[in-house]
Amino acid sequence: MYSKSISELGAGLRAGEYSSIELTRLFLDRIGRYDGELNCFITLASAQAMAAAENADRLIRHGDAGPLAGIPIAHKDIFCTDGLRTSCGSKMLDSFIAPYDATVVSRLNAAGAVMLGKTNMDEFAMGSSNETSYYGAVRNPWDLNLVPGGSSGGSAAAVAARLCVAATGTDTGGSIRQPAALCGITGLKPTYGRVSRYGMIAFASSLDQGGVLTRSAADAAVMLQAMAGFDPRDSTSARESVPDYSAHLDAALAGLKIGLPKEYFDQGLDPEVARSIELAVTEYRQLGAEVMEISLPNSGLAVATYYVVAPAECSSNLSRFDGVRFGYRCDQPRDLEDLYKRSRGEGFGAEVKRRILIGTYALSAGYYDAYYLKAQQIRQLISEDFKKAFEKVDVIMGPTSPSTAFALGEKAGDPVTMYLSDIYTIAANLAGLPGISIPVRPVAGRPVGLQIIGNYFQEAQLLNIAHRFQQESDWHLALPTGY
Amino acid sequence: MSLQRSDVENIAHLARLAVNDVELDAVAADLSTILQLVEQMNVVDTTGVVPMAHPLQMSQRLRPDEVSETDQRDRFQTIAPATEKGLYLVPKVIE
Repeated sequence: MYSKSISELGAGLRAGEYSSIELTRLFLDRIGRYDGELNCFITLASAQAMAAAENADRLIRHGDAGPLAGIPIAHKDIFCTDGLRTSCGSKMLDSFIAPYDATVVSRLNAAGAVMLGKTNMDEFAMGSSNETSYYGAVRNPWDLNLVPGGSSGGSAAAVAARLCVAATGTDTGGSIRQPAALCGITGLKPTYGRVSRYGMIAFASSLDQGGVLTRSAADAAVMLQAMAGFDPRDSTSARESVPDYSAHLDAALAGLKIGLPKEYFDQGLDPEVARSIELAVTEYRQLGAEVMEISLPNSGLAVATYYVVAPAECSSNLSRFDGVRFGYRCDQPRDLEDLYKRSRGEGFGAEVKRRILIGTYALSAGYYDAYYLKAQQIRQLISEDFKKAFEKVDVIMGPTSPSTAFALGEKAGDPVTMYLSDIYTIAANLAGLPGISIPVRPVAGRPVGLQIIGNYFQEAQLLNIAHRFQQESDWHLALPTGY
Repeated sequence: MSLQRSDVENIAHLARLAVNDVELDAVAADLSTILQLVEQMNVVDTTGVVPMAHPLQMSQRLRPDEVSETDQRDRFQTIAPATEKGLYLVPKVIE
């Protein structure tokens, strides 16, 4: 039951085989049983979930329920939820009860989805291993000694261990795709502007994008359908129309042109991961796709560029946490400056502080041109590389992550080594392009993700390409032992 | 670029962020390592390249100048650390 797809569960609910209340209780029981060791959830919403399930059951009985009605999901704790703690993985927001819902949350509520709770994440989404969370690291259900990836690690581990059917996430530099890869699930980061950022706590506003972590591309299509679309409350929301994401899942891939960037298969890539990617590409050849080598000449600079752009925007966005209007306030401030400095110094963790400091430095007088302007120029070059590539190919494929999941603590002491875990995902954020990660052949029992990057607003095509692979393979159905 | 303790103190002041004295050297070392990574950008000549601030070439949307939100001050102030008579309280600024 807990491994069924959204459409299977929806059919069962509508046929009256089980109720949403039963389904919700099943997943809450699983959370109770397994989350002690996994630490996927920061806050559970059991009472609200049961009420939402009851409401969904009523809608289903009346026959006016959509495909998500009664389906238990989880939200990354970066999305504001009215009346429920929204911590963003930080001490700063440990007692923050959001006074409104994020658009993503209100749209999924309106679709009848049942929110089980809020998932763990790297603090303010800054991390690639989920180890920077104030609430402790999340563990990978495939091996509890491994990280689940980050920053949407709680969502990824929860979906992989079947503690919820699907979960939301956000991706600023790989934070949906990388944990999806490391946990053996499907993770979709839509085009910048496709999903509203309203109520999604800002990290780097020109890069942040909400998306989904699911067990299959078909499930991702149903989730994205409910979330995508123009929102007047987000000033950078795209006015593009939203296609029917499930309608084209089965389209044939004959003649599809796939580009493999040679820079994504260099010496930094684990050879066994490379082999898994090659096997997946061979599968696509058999489905009728044409494969060619391409070049993204500036992709080697993506990490360097990102670590100027993202911290610069973060230093500006996180200035709102000042101990005055909401969030943590230090005890006994001597004066206003002490209030600001100690509230922020005590409320933020080490990685968030590092990024605020780097960003502040990059934007400070005398350094702006050398760092921030330079980074924006290289961002342009990286974006042009993709434009040129998409003149020749329909999609770009490569590894999501240079290695399989690493051990907890392995990279925690070395920020730059950690940053390089996102070497293949960051460029899509800089350009604003959509990307999806799907599970392919694992290496030594550890999941491997194939990344597919598409052109602007081509989510339907990415989902189609991912879905066709999942019809030919069963890596996405694999369940970690013990769950 | 290698940062010293005094650089970190200066940046931390600009960011209004308290950094413990005992952590200053470690933070300076971490930030210097990150800046070394960032300075890989210098290998590319970017003369004449138009900086890209945003992934979508969009201009800022305007809306009619009409009231679209209701007054929720009381609700928003319930989550504030300290308020009084609808005002946010901070330590005395003017003597």
